[in-house]
Amino acid sequence: MANPIHTGLRPSRIAIYTVLIVAALVYLIPLITMLITSFKTPMDIRTGNLMALPSEWTTMGWSKAWSEACTGVRCDGIRGYFWNSFKMTVPAVLISTLLGAFNGYVLSKWSFRGSNLFFGMLLFGCFVPFQVVLLPMAATLGKLGLANTTTGLVLVHVIYGVAFTTLFFRNYYVAIPDALIKAARLDGAGFFTIFFRILLPMSTPIIMVSLIWQFTQIWNDFLFGVVFASGDSQPITVALNNLVNTTTGVKEYNVDMAAAMIAALPTLVVYMVAGKYFIRGLTAGSVKG
Amino acid sequence: MEHIQQHPARVSRAMTRLLDRLQLWLPRLVVAPTFVLVGIGIYGFMIWTGVLSFTSSSFLPVYDFVGLDQYAKLMNNERWLTASINLGIFGGLFILCCLVIGVLLAIFLDQKIRQEGALRTLYLYPMALSMIVTGTVWKWILNPSLGVEKLMHDWGWPSFTFDWLITPDMAIYTIVIAAVWQSSGFVMALFLAGLRGVDSSIIRAARVDGASLPRIYWSIILPTLRPVFFSAVMVLAHIAIKSFDLVMTMTAGGPGYSTDLPAVFMYTHSFTRGQMGLGSASAMLMLGAILALLVPYLYSELRGKHHG
Repeated sequence: MANPIHTGLRPSRIAIYTVLIVAALVYLIPLITMLITSFKTPMDIRTGNLMALPSEWTTMGWSKAWSEACTGVRCDGIRGYFWNSFKMTVPAVLISTLLGAFNGYVLSKWSFRGSNLFFGMLLFGCFVPFQVVLLPMAATLGKLGLANTTTGLVLVHVIYGVAFTTLFFRNYYVAIPDALIKAARLDGAGFFTIFFRILLPMSTPIIMVSLIWQFTQIWNDFLFGVVFASGDSQPITVALNNLVNTTTGVKEYNVDMAAAMIAALPTLVVYMVAGKYFIRGLTAGSVKG
Repeated sequence: MEHIQQHPARVSRAMTRLLDRLQLWLPRLVVAPTFVLVGIGIYGFMIWTGVLSFTSSSFLPVYDFVGLDQYAKLMNNERWLTASINLGIFGGLFILCCLVIGVLLAIFLDQKIRQEGALRTLYLYPMALSMIVTGTVWKWILNPSLGVEKLMHDWGWPSFTFDWLITPDMAIYTIVIAAVWQSSGFVMALFLAGLRGVDSSIIRAARVDGASLPRIYWSIILPTLRPVFFSAVMVLAHIAIKSFDLVMTMTAGGPGYSTDLPAVFMYTHSFTRGQMGLGSASAMLMLGAILALLVPYLYSELRGKHHG
């Protein structure tokens, strides 16, 4: 017990804590600025500065961002796009996680001739720059009648997310002893029985990792949204970008900041509630990938 | 009676055989949808883009073979040149800053810090944000009249100016600042995980020998983290080559095209300027850049595994 107190007083310890706390502030300041500014009046923004608290707190920026702000031509706020993002994210996350779980199960426990090649294909798919598929995908979505639809975006996010989810599940299931599967097979359990009765019940952590990783990726995506959606089907990131870069009228930074907060809230909440799974996804995806 | 008794046995044997056959094919059937989706969506489309890059396609795809014309055009394109140089500046600085900050924070956090979990959460939360959100915030902070400049004026430094965001030669550095803010925490997390795997008896032994802590980290511990270092560089380089969102929000490639990156160039030419062939060629070069990084990396990874 005496040791930590002793080390806590050494000058080198003080230096370490100072650096760490200053760094924490640097990471926090943009978020604080964003919050403060979103509650200011336009008058306050012109007279005050980044770190000055509002002289009068108002939610005007928030309500305007939600239901009146102009994103390009239309001026009914970002609420519609916020729901678009949900309608796109929820199915895409569920489908890609489900596919990833089955793929991971097959690749780790039912490998067949060519399954390693298939895994290699998926692994490489994680690294391909999406620019290389944009034009053909746009043409294909057009042919399928899915251009500018939420369904089209769901399909795109499933295709380019399934490589990651497969990787997560495969690496998780590889660590589960094969003897367990063999024993179950001797007892007469088949492909699906083994998956649903044995593997799935012990998969909660990796399911969380996959859900959270996919949710963050898909919610935050901008490239696919801006290329494959237009007007009514655009996700929130595209609407936010349009709002921020609209040049007509007086720039209202409180509205910009409120809209940015609204776009950030879902993923921030997920991060605060289940951050440890998010971090596991990050490190698993990169170290193993 | 005998007939009737034999019959179910034979049927069940046939059933078992059918089930066995099914069992054999079931795994393949289950991965088939993914195989088709990825096969077409990644590999098929990659080839398709490759084909387009050899055509003169403008607003619509045309399949006439023009050889390497588009690539030649790209090499003589002032804007592509700027985008490539910008990628060098942006990528280099971004990777370097993220590594330095990430490694330092990881080492500092590894000194049995109280509230380590809380600090880690703070360093990493920007990774959960969309680049569009990050861009919006930093655009506001770096705003030449109302942002940091005004803050410094109010805090008693009236001559302070900071207008990088609208200065062609400096705007690319504002993108670096925002990108480092967003991704350095991630490098911290990678290295912290690596440091936790280092045997602490090494440190104790070196201390007994009289080595200072910075020296121990620099010449003993960090060299053992080479694999972590390589994966971090790999992921950061990948982020840099794909960087698109931040530029679109903060500068939209401007002023002029001074902050263009290859991904922005590709988007603009393919989707707003109707130069599909040129856009495809630029996409193929981006793929080439990633391959040039990826192949040696995967090669060393696989070789490492064979040698145990």
